[in-house]
Amino acid sequence: MFDRLWAMLMKEFLELRRDRWAMFRLIVPLLIQVVAFGYAATFTVNHVATSVLDLDHSQASRGLVSHFVATGRFEVVDIAETQRQITRDLDTGRATVAIVIHAGFEQNLNNGRTAPLQVSVDGTNSNTALIALGYVSQIVAQFQAEQMANAWPAQAAAVSPSVSVLLQERPWFNAGLEDRWFFIPGVIGTLTLIQVVSLTAFAVVREREVGTLEQIMVSPIRPFEFILGKAVPFFLIGLGEVALITIFGVLWFHIPFVGSPLVMLLGASLFLLAALGLGLLLSTLSRTQQQAFALNFFVVNPLFILSGFAFPIAAMPRVLQWFTLINPLRYFLVIIRAEFLKGVGVDALWPDLSALALLGVGMFTLSILRFRKSLD
Amino acid sequence: MNPRRLFAIAFKETLQVWRDPRSLAIALLMPLMQMALLGYGVSLDIRRVPLCVYDQENSQTSRELVQRFVASKWFVVARVLSDERAVRDAMDRGTCIGAVTIPVNFSRILTTTGAASVQTVFDATDANTTTIAIGYAQGVIAQTTADFQARWAAAHGLRPQTVGGVDLEPRVWFNEGLDSRNFIIPGVVAVILGLVGAQLTSLTISREWERGTMEQLVSTPVTALEVMIGKLVPYFVIGLFDAAFCLCATAFWFQVPFRGSLGTLMLTTALFTLVVLGIGYLVSVRIRSQLGASQVALILTVMPINLLSGYTFPIDQMPAPIQAVTLVVYARYFVTILRAVFLKGSTIGDLAVPILALVLYAVAIIWIAARAFRKRLD
Repeated sequence: MFDRLWAMLMKEFLELRRDRWAMFRLIVPLLIQVVAFGYAATFTVNHVATSVLDLDHSQASRGLVSHFVATGRFEVVDIAETQRQITRDLDTGRATVAIVIHAGFEQNLNNGRTAPLQVSVDGTNSNTALIALGYVSQIVAQFQAEQMANAWPAQAAAVSPSVSVLLQERPWFNAGLEDRWFFIPGVIGTLTLIQVVSLTAFAVVREREVGTLEQIMVSPIRPFEFILGKAVPFFLIGLGEVALITIFGVLWFHIPFVGSPLVMLLGASLFLLAALGLGLLLSTLSRTQQQAFALNFFVVNPLFILSGFAFPIAAMPRVLQWFTLINPLRYFLVIIRAEFLKGVGVDALWPDLSALALLGVGMFTLSILRFRKSLD
Repeated sequence: MNPRRLFAIAFKETLQVWRDPRSLAIALLMPLMQMALLGYGVSLDIRRVPLCVYDQENSQTSRELVQRFVASKWFVVARVLSDERAVRDAMDRGTCIGAVTIPVNFSRILTTTGAASVQTVFDATDANTTTIAIGYAQGVIAQTTADFQARWAAAHGLRPQTVGGVDLEPRVWFNEGLDSRNFIIPGVVAVILGLVGAQLTSLTISREWERGTMEQLVSTPVTALEVMIGKLVPYFVIGLFDAAFCLCATAFWFQVPFRGSLGTLMLTTALFTLVVLGIGYLVSVRIRSQLGASQVALILTVMPINLLSGYTFPIDQMPAPIQAVTLVVYARYFVTILRAVFLKGSTIGDLAVPILALVLYAVAIIWIAARAFRKRLD
C-alpha cells in the first residue's frame, strides 16, 4: 500500500514541480491580499472631515473647536459662515460632522446657563457615525469639566465631589484597538480555505476532464490511496500557507503571536481536513472544471461571509447564526485569533477544536464515500 | 454598421445564454443568492453585547448599576462571576466581550469620597466591536452619574442643575437610526452587479474560441464593432434586469429609504453596468479559455470591489497610497452614488464628480474593448 501511495505522491509532486509558475501563482496573490487587507481593512475613525459654524467667535467657542482638533479624531475642513453652508457640506459629503456653536455660547457658560451645542453627523456610514458620536460626547464632557474648573471653581468643587461613577475601561488582548490585529489573523483562515478548496476540486476534476482519472483507476491503486495521494500535497500546501501568512503578519505588520504554535498547528490540521473534504466533495459534484469553478464560488462565498471574519456573527439573523455552526472557518478563526492575541491553550479552546475535529473528520469521510461512488 | 448583422449577433448570443445553464445560473441565481447572503449576513449592528458581571459588593447600589447596563439594551449579562480568576477565564474562553468588576466597597467610596470607579475589561480582539461597546458603556455610566447626582442634589435640597453646562444636541442625518443595513445594502448592489456583469461577459468571446466557432464568426461579414455591440446588448439587458431586482430588493425588501431621483439612479446604474460588462468583455477577448476568463474576471472584481470600494471599509481611513489605488476601482464611484441617491437624496449636480468618473471609465473601457477584438484567428 505504501509503495502505491508513494508513487501517487511522487506523481503529484512531479506535476507541481513541472509547473514552474505554480508556486508563483500560489504565493503572489496570497501576499497581495494579505497586504491589501492589512492596510485597507480598517474601521478606525480618525481625522473625520468636520465643518464648523462658529456664530459666537469667542474664546470659549474657539477653545471647544481646538478640543475637537487636538484629539486627532476630527479635522476641520471648512469654516462655514451660514447654516446653509453646513447643510451643503453634509449633503455633498465634504464633511461628515458639522459643529454649530450658537451666538452667546460663552456668555451662557459664564452665567451658569446651559449653552446649546449642535453637532450633526452624517449617518450614512452608521459605524463611523456611531463611533464619532461617542468621541463627540467624550470631548464635550472633557471641555465642560475644564470650563467649570476654570470659570466656576467654587461650583465645580461643590458639584463634582457629590457623586460620580467613573468608568475605567481596559481593552485586553489588543490594547491599541488595532483593526489589523483582528483582520490579519482572520485572513489566514479565509485565504487558506479559498485556495485549498479550489485547488483540490480542480485537481480532481482536471484528471476527470482530461481522462487521466480512468487510467489511474485501472492501475492497482485503490480509491482511498488515490484520495490520500491527492490530499497530502494540498494539505502540505495549506500548512505552508498558514505558516507563510503567520510569519508575514508577525514580521511585516507586527501582529503579536502570544499563543502556542502547536495549538495553531492542531487547529490548522483539523481545518485543512475539512477544507480538503469540501474540495473533494465539490469535485464529485462537477463534471467539468467550469462547473467546479461555479460551484466553488457558490459554496465558499457564504462560508466566507458567515464566518465572523469581518462581520460579527452576533449581528446576524438567528437562522444565519445557526448556519455558522456547521462552518469550519468560524471555529478556525476563533482558534487563530485566540492563539495570536490571547495565548490560550486547549483547555479554553476545546469546544472549537472539537467542533472542528467533528466537521473535519465528517467532511473528509463523507467526501471519500461519495468519491468512491462517483467512480463507478 | 449594419443593423441586420448587429441584430443577428445579438439574437445568437441571447439564444446561447438561454441554452447555457451556467450563464443562466450566473444571471439569475447569483444575484438572488448574493442579495440574501449579503443583505442578511453583512451587518455591523452591535447590540446586546455579552457581559460578565463580577459584583464584589452586592449592595443595592451595585445591583442598580448592573441593572442599568441591562436596561440600556446594549448589554446582556452572559454570566455572573464570583472571583477574579473567573474574569480572566471568561475572557479567554470568549464567554463575553466585556466584564464589569464592581469593587467591594463601591457604595461606601461613592458616598464618602464622591467618586467611585467601575473597572471594565473588554476583549478587544475585534477592535471595532470593542470601540463601540466601550462607547455604550461610557454612555451607561454617564447617565448613571447624572441620575445619581440629581438624586444627591435632591436629597441635599439643591436644585438638580446648579451650574449650567454644554448641552450637546447630537443629530444624525440621512440614516437617523444608525442602521448599518442602510449603509451596507446599497453598496451590496454594486458588489453584485460588478461580480455578475463581469462573469457574464467574460465567457462571451472565450466561448467562441473554446467551442471552435471562432472560425465561423470570422468568416462571416460582421465587423469587430458589430460583434462587440451585438454581444454586449443581451448582457446589458440582463444586467439591467439584475440591477432592477437588486435595487427593488434594497428598497422594498430591506426597506432602505429611497430619497433621490429615479432618473439619476437609472442613469448611473446603466453607466456602471456598461463599465462592468466592458471589463468582462475585455477579459474574454484576451483569454481564450472560458475557465481562465472567468477566473481572471473574478480576481479583477471580487477583491477590489469588496475591499477597496468603500462598501464596508471607509476609504478616507485608508493610508494615502491605498486611497490612490481606490481611484481606479470603478465600483467606488457607484457605491458613493448609490448611497447618496438612496439616503441623502442627492441630485445629479451633487454627484457630478463620481458620475463624470464613471462616464470616463465607460468611454475608456468601451474604446479599449472595441480595439481589442480583431477578426483574426492567430
